[in-house]
Amino acid sequence: MELGFTNAAYVVAGVLFILSLGGLSSQESAKRAIWYGIVGMAIAVLATLVGPGAGLWPVSIILIGLGGAIGYVLATRVQMTQMPELVAAMHSLVGLAAVFVGINAHVEIGRVAAAFAEAGVPFPRAYDETPEVAAAAAAVVEQFRGFGSVVAKKIPVEITILQIELFLGVFIGAVTFTGSVIAYGKLAGKVNTAAKKLPGGHALNAGAALLSLVMLFVYIGSGSTLALVVMTLAALFIGYHLIMGIGGADMPVVVSMLNSYSGWAAAAIGFSLGNDLLITVGALVGSSGAILSYIMCKAMNRSFVSVILGGFGGPAGEQMAVEGEQVAIDADGVATALNEADSVIIVPGYGMAVAQAQSAVADLTKKLRAKGKEVRFAIHPVAGRLPGHMNVLLAEAKVPYDIVLEMDEINDDFPDTDVVIVIGSNDIVNPAAQDDPNSPIAGMPVLEVWKAKQVFVSKRGQGTGYSGIENPLFFKDNTRMFYGDAKASLDTLLPKIE
Amino acid sequence: MKIGAPKEVLADEARVAITPESAGHLQKLGYDVIVEAGAGEKAGFLDSAYADAGVEVVSGADQLWKVADIVAKVRPPTEEEVARLEHGKTLISFFYPASNETLMGLAKDKGANVIAMDMVPRISRAQKMDALSSMANIAGYRAVIEAGNNFGRFFTGQVTAAGKVPPAKVLVVGAGVAGLAAIGTSTSLGAITYAFDVRPEVAEQIESMGAEFVFLEFEDSELPDGAATGGYAPPSSPEFQAKQLEKFRELAPDMDIVITTALIPNRPAPVLWTKDMVEAMKPGSVIVDLAAERGGNCELTVKDEKIVTDNGVTIVGYTDFPSRMATQSSTLYGNNIRHMMADLTPEKDGQVVHNMEDDVIRGATITHGGEITFPPPPPKVQAIAAQKKEKPKELTPEEKRAQEVAAFKAETKFQVSLLAVGGVLLLLAGLYTPASFMQHFIVFTLACFVGFQVIWGVAHSLHTPLMAVTNAISSIIILGALLQIGSGSMLVVILAAASVFMAGINIFGGFLVTRRMLAMFQKS
Repeated sequence: MELGFTNAAYVVAGVLFILSLGGLSSQESAKRAIWYGIVGMAIAVLATLVGPGAGLWPVSIILIGLGGAIGYVLATRVQMTQMPELVAAMHSLVGLAAVFVGINAHVEIGRVAAAFAEAGVPFPRAYDETPEVAAAAAAVVEQFRGFGSVVAKKIPVEITILQIELFLGVFIGAVTFTGSVIAYGKLAGKVNTAAKKLPGGHALNAGAALLSLVMLFVYIGSGSTLALVVMTLAALFIGYHLIMGIGGADMPVVVSMLNSYSGWAAAAIGFSLGNDLLITVGALVGSSGAILSYIMCKAMNRSFVSVILGGFGGPAGEQMAVEGEQVAIDADGVATALNEADSVIIVPGYGMAVAQAQSAVADLTKKLRAKGKEVRFAIHPVAGRLPGHMNVLLAEAKVPYDIVLEMDEINDDFPDTDVVIVIGSNDIVNPAAQDDPNSPIAGMPVLEVWKAKQVFVSKRGQGTGYSGIENPLFFKDNTRMFYGDAKASLDTLLPKIE
Repeated sequence: MKIGAPKEVLADEARVAITPESAGHLQKLGYDVIVEAGAGEKAGFLDSAYADAGVEVVSGADQLWKVADIVAKVRPPTEEEVARLEHGKTLISFFYPASNETLMGLAKDKGANVIAMDMVPRISRAQKMDALSSMANIAGYRAVIEAGNNFGRFFTGQVTAAGKVPPAKVLVVGAGVAGLAAIGTSTSLGAITYAFDVRPEVAEQIESMGAEFVFLEFEDSELPDGAATGGYAPPSSPEFQAKQLEKFRELAPDMDIVITTALIPNRPAPVLWTKDMVEAMKPGSVIVDLAAERGGNCELTVKDEKIVTDNGVTIVGYTDFPSRMATQSSTLYGNNIRHMMADLTPEKDGQVVHNMEDDVIRGATITHGGEITFPPPPPKVQAIAAQKKEKPKELTPEEKRAQEVAAFKAETKFQVSLLAVGGVLLLLAGLYTPASFMQHFIVFTLACFVGFQVIWGVAHSLHTPLMAVTNAISSIIILGALLQIGSGSMLVVILAAASVFMAGINIFGGFLVTRRMLAMFQKS
């Protein structure tokens, strides 16, 4: 089939992809929009298979089918609490694919150059070829199909740009690959979630990045395979070391950053292949991840760089001393307060996901709502380990999404609320962010739960949160600590609500 | 160890230090509890109720003081009672050590440890054992009830078939614990309630209880800072006092009930309601003076008595309001005591650990190990957060407007310069790169912009599905692999095949899991 047809199919696919992302603006339209994405992908793949340049399509179809089967099993078996891991694992696949495709492009350039040398025609092609040379070159081009034939038509500047593009694609892909593997390990609990760095810290990363830059110039000059391999190894190291140095609770930023990288890698590869659909989709995904990272950072009042460099900055001065004591309460006390309350807000955090307490929370919600009480959920943007993680968990437990509200929507309602239940969250409800200018999290937007009449905090023990700072909320007069595993606590609480 | 409560010896004292309920908690701490027969009778707790709670009832004070290792009382002990103390025994009661020095000396000579409930430091950790507050709360409530008892009208205004009844007007002077309790009681009975306090920071508390804060025009700097004196209002300057009296004089003819609660630590109560104010009040009005014990806030108050002035104003000067509600006050006091015991028994094994390093225990202990430990050193933590002196300046509308304009200008500047720099860079790149690259670059740039616009519209709650679906569509990289898989080189074919395979996982996995997630989002 003609190139024109393939390109037309790409336009259709691109539009469908944009619509499928745009449809995510509301829960209902999203259910339709996902089909746009699926159809877009089908059109793109089919058009490529029947279009010029593709070969071995039976093998391709078999491979897609095999991969699809695995993908199907993964998608249907995964627990919603494991979503962050799944997303990270899938990023690593995109990253690795980008590395492979980039290396392939490099190999193809070498093959084309070798073929030209054999035929005695200069390569890269000159701007002003004589008709004889052009004819000889055309004969060489005939030997190549697909990507090779595109490369074979290039002039020197184009080859240089191609080299930069594939170099970039491989670099970003490699960082994405190891970074995602480590992020996956941390989220799945297979790698220690604490921030760890090799001796030398960020100097090592900087060194590796510098090495990659040097290799870029070597590569453009010589087209050396060694330079490409050295850079790939350096990039793999950066991905590994960068993410190792970031703690568990910063994973929302990390995962969305890797999401962004996988997009940019696809875009870079798209440039080197001269494929506009790849460029378009790569840019869409890249900007999507970038925006998510930005939202996450904003919600923690930290700059992107400080998150990536890992760890909290030291306090600007002496922190305010926390006074008072944490007063514990048992299930009976919580039940009494809930039975008397008219309005309840539940603030879930990562602890709820860890304890798998979402369905117990949903049961509690159902019971309270059946009694005519107003129950709502307040979700902080960085609650959980993935942007929107809590929403998905609550949706899985069949909590209706219209009572699950964002921080900005609900923060003003706390003073009129009878009972707030904080389940497994800590830093996102820390009043020190507002009261104590010297706190490490000063200025971070937080849920103002302490303004409610009564606050119950379900928590495993008296420890501090991820940032390692004391939470004055737990010491407030209207706060009671409901110690214990979140799920076990809620299960003892449930029968007492009547 | 054994903890016991004797019957109070003072004739009018109806309270008791241990109730059957608090006895249960004390037993959980590992103590054996005993009470003197008839100790709780006046407070409504019969000996049988104690016996049911597992408390040993002993007859006679002698027996009790002998057996108990720890004696819990309400009123300060009499000399006779102190004489019964022995070395190593602990007494917990109100003591007022500043005015009972001889008694304190006696206790010291006996070698007993004395914990004065009135000396519990006012820090938030100690609130649960702050007996002064729990008693003041009762006094505030009772003051309103007592006033109502002597007042000939309704508190609340009513429109009845027989005619209209105006609501009573109540003024509460001093918004401490008792004052706030009085405000709460009075507003819930329906009276129009006004309240005054020299500490302007309590205005918010007063208003939250439903009363109107009587505002005094005064410079901020001249106002006393309550934080420095443990929450009590410090003495005020003569000018301030004059202004205050002037305000009261203005209010006096309108008020039906006046409840005064103003106390200054270690000083006689300030006179706030003078004779001429009483004379200005309407006949039938009531004044309840909760400061009667310290001389009274009202000039005419007679301690422990109720008097009626010539112009028909009733002035109540009782000092035993908590005792008049003995059941309630015993319950709360009993709880205060058991919280104190909980702090004294960290191991819950029935053994007292008198930890003098603990701020609360140290502060309340007045004799320990044969020595007088009063007055205590100042507590390490401040009772009340220091007042915030600097308040953010209120902006005038003009200033706000100016700020907005400035912010808008800065933003415009930033955007324009960003666009200019970006544009120049692009043009430069265009000069040196071939047309084929620029063609792709246009697509890339526009796609970035489309991406930014579209993604901002995505609902926060759908961020996880967004990540899953972008995952799926970033597998578009499969196109690159498909174009390379037909190559003649074996290496290229293998790598491309692996890429196709991985992208296949991603496409199906990503789309399916997104669909699964989206299907879960249900409207109620």
